[in-house]
Amino acid sequence: MISSYLGYYSLILGFIISIILLIYSIFCFRNNNEKINQNIYSILFLQFFTVVISFISLVYSFVFSDFSNQTVYNNSHTTKPLFYKITGTWGNHEGSLLLWLLVLTLFIFLFIIFSKKQTTKYRLLSVFFQQIIIIGFFLFLLLTSNPFNFLFPIPKEGLGLNPILQDPALAIHPPILYLGYVGSSIIFSASLASLVQNNINSEWAKHIKKWIQTAWFFLTIGILLGSIWAYYELGWGGFWFWDPVENVSLMPWLCLTALLHTIIVLEKRHLLKSWTLILSIATFTLSMSGTFLVRSGILNSVHTFANDPERGIFILLFLFFLIILSLILFFIYQDKEDIAQKKFFIISKETSLLINNWFMMYFLSVVLIGTTYPIFLEVIINEKISIGPPFFNKLIIPFLGFFLIFMAIGPKFNWIKDNFKRIKYSRVFIFFICILISFYLINKSSSEILFTSVIGGAALYLLFTTIKEFSEKRSNISQTISHFGFGLFILSILFNSLFSSEFSANMKIGQEITYNNEQIKFLNIETFDKENYKSVKASFEIIDKKNNSISFYPEIRIYNQPNILTSEADIISTIFFDKFIVINLLKGEEIFNVRYQTKPFMIWIWISTCLISLGGILGVFKR
Amino acid sequence: MKKNIFYSILFLFFLFIFSIFYIGLDKPNFYTPKEIKNKKLETFSSKELFSNEQFQSNDLIKVNKFTILNIWASWCIPCKQEHSLLMDLKNKTDINIIGLNYKDKKNNAKNFINELGNPFSKILTDPDGIISISLGAYGVPETFLLNNKSKVIRKYIGPLNNDHVLEIINIIKS
Amino acid sequence: MRLIKLILLILFLTLSFQKILIANNNSLIVDKISKNLRCLICQGQSVYDSQSDFAMSMKLLIKNKIENGESEDQIYDYLKNQYGEWIVYDPEFNKKNLILWIFPLILFIFGGLLIYRKVFIN
Repeated sequence: MISSYLGYYSLILGFIISIILLIYSIFCFRNNNEKINQNIYSILFLQFFTVVISFISLVYSFVFSDFSNQTVYNNSHTTKPLFYKITGTWGNHEGSLLLWLLVLTLFIFLFIIFSKKQTTKYRLLSVFFQQIIIIGFFLFLLLTSNPFNFLFPIPKEGLGLNPILQDPALAIHPPILYLGYVGSSIIFSASLASLVQNNINSEWAKHIKKWIQTAWFFLTIGILLGSIWAYYELGWGGFWFWDPVENVSLMPWLCLTALLHTIIVLEKRHLLKSWTLILSIATFTLSMSGTFLVRSGILNSVHTFANDPERGIFILLFLFFLIILSLILFFIYQDKEDIAQKKFFIISKETSLLINNWFMMYFLSVVLIGTTYPIFLEVIINEKISIGPPFFNKLIIPFLGFFLIFMAIGPKFNWIKDNFKRIKYSRVFIFFICILISFYLINKSSSEILFTSVIGGAALYLLFTTIKEFSEKRSNISQTISHFGFGLFILSILFNSLFSSEFSANMKIGQEITYNNEQIKFLNIETFDKENYKSVKASFEIIDKKNNSISFYPEIRIYNQPNILTSEADIISTIFFDKFIVINLLKGEEIFNVRYQTKPFMIWIWISTCLISLGGILGVFKR
Repeated sequence: MKKNIFYSILFLFFLFIFSIFYIGLDKPNFYTPKEIKNKKLETFSSKELFSNEQFQSNDLIKVNKFTILNIWASWCIPCKQEHSLLMDLKNKTDINIIGLNYKDKKNNAKNFINELGNPFSKILTDPDGIISISLGAYGVPETFLLNNKSKVIRKYIGPLNNDHVLEIINIIKS
Repeated sequence: MRLIKLILLILFLTLSFQKILIANNNSLIVDKISKNLRCLICQGQSVYDSQSDFAMSMKLLIKNKIENGESEDQIYDYLKNQYGEWIVYDPEFNKKNLILWIFPLILFIFGGLLIYRKVFIN
């Protein structure tokens, strides 16, 4: 009870502080002081503090099952384990927005602390623009998504959190992802501030690069966690479904990766100023569009939040406002000098980075168009179509080969101008060896050999190139690790998709089936009663060609609140492959549908993504 | 001047995009199947529940001016609820109602009928659900109002309610 | 040198759009088709992934049709006729989806032209 009052009024206070900050930052800006007013630090901290209080109040309400709070009532239950009561705070729409605010206010505070070397005016403007975003979120929260609504009479029990969401990976997936999104909001505000101050240059690039790398790191890990959760929890053997919610997190990532590369050009060569700015604005805009798409109910997906068109309208208007604001500022302040640019030479690092952006923007357009096209079609000609994995695969995969090759040779070029003759013939030779190796390995599977061999070959070539770079003196560790990780990533996915196998059948207890030289034995079923579900656990034994046996214990869980049946796969992961079994109850019979899958190199997909993000965070700590 | 034109175009472009999304918000995000009026239902052949006789669907349909095809199952709770409406319909209009028993066990289906009454002139079985898919059905319960040429006059997804029944009666009478 | 690159690019792209050659194993074909179908009573799952009644019946139906000798295209057409285009995940390449398929490629070419301008002109 009290916690709801505390949480709510703390939010109101935070909102008022935001407005004060908005005005105060402009006031200080006009004053032309050389040093920033110390008050700014304190007020920013106070703003952050109010949101912390609010957040903790909500957590408190969840932990103590305060069902007078509507959000707690809708999303929690007394029998929920404590850990999930806590993480359930942000597993719903209102709570997740409060988390957004928490990270937003934290980051602007950190920004003002870590930007002491920059000009005062720039820092004040960054605060100003960021406050616009923060105010937008406060309004959104207070007007449409209040986490502290009262319920009377007070219900005795809550409606429970979806058991599929009770998972450790999913619990930390939102906070990490939001760190990435909010990081991009700082980049947005800082870029606009830099635009107004005519400050877009090499020194600024050096400063903002750390923020880009940090946001990129969190965004990558955030997406990875979502995929890991989908794989382990949903148990279908897939980790990426081109589902709208997934695409919506991928789009800012693609944009941010492009920005990560462009900022290097700005830093080293003072070029591509406007393009850098456009990417900064686009990244955050895409993050916000993502928020819109998954919370407004406009798209159908396996993991959308509660649908509410009213919320959708708010976000849409806010998004529109931000874009128009950026357009206006761009119009007024764009550096005319920027138009008359220096020449790019074809063989140079700048051009390689441009090519990277070229491909990235293409991939981005594929995902963006594929995700939003159904909406356009429906509004314009009132017809519904589905766009799923086949579309994305067809448009993206053919370009991967080239992309990988450019990734391998691009970093080797010098700045400004280089020549082709530097490329030793040995390199070309190695490239063809890679294709041959790839061809040999893929030959075992009956798929399109030529074209998958080229992708595999290109990925292998990238691996060789980056491994060689580790031994070189001039190497850039963070870049090498990330590129190596990406090559490994593509190879893992390639082999995983080519060599995965699945077996599906209806089996009775005690039955044995032979498949692919392996014996699958359905041993027995045991039932247990747990905290908030009834567990039906099956034991399986699989004996392979070499007479090794592996035991599996897939489970069916029957939850009490809400009344849901989930199927928990038992996954055995080794370095070489993942094997797992999923069972499903067939209606009212003692027969179970059994699905046994073998997925090679699964764990390498996760490892390689970690390597990719490792490169990013290493970049932050360089020098 | 060129700059002004460029930015104006950009502005209009974003305005267009946002209008589309704004309108799109109102549209439902689940698919409601288009009216399949005048679509001819595929003929199917199936065993009758009680007699085990094999029947062709069009044989049963062509002899009546109107036929109701109702997909149901003993394990389906909304089917229990709509069953009384079906009994009602049968009593009031004597219309030919064919039942399609979906993914059910024979004994359970027979018990269901014995307990709640039989509004069906014939009960055909669809033990693995394939027939329902061939009819374009989503699941249970689902009801089709057909003419004697197996053309779909109305399709109801989900349990029937009083409004539906009234609608059916009106169509039959006219 | 550039011409060779261009030829390779075109060759590469045309070959990539070939259909995948799968061993003539019916269950693999059933899997392939069901992965491309939307489970209509689920929220965002494919027929392949779903364990719902609808999905199970659908898989059986597809298997029967394959064993009857029907081609993939025939099966897709049949299902689209019953349930609408919404059920298939692979959007058709027809007039109304033209923008969908072509627009990203147009953007790619446009990007290429921009880079060309930057590198070769001035």
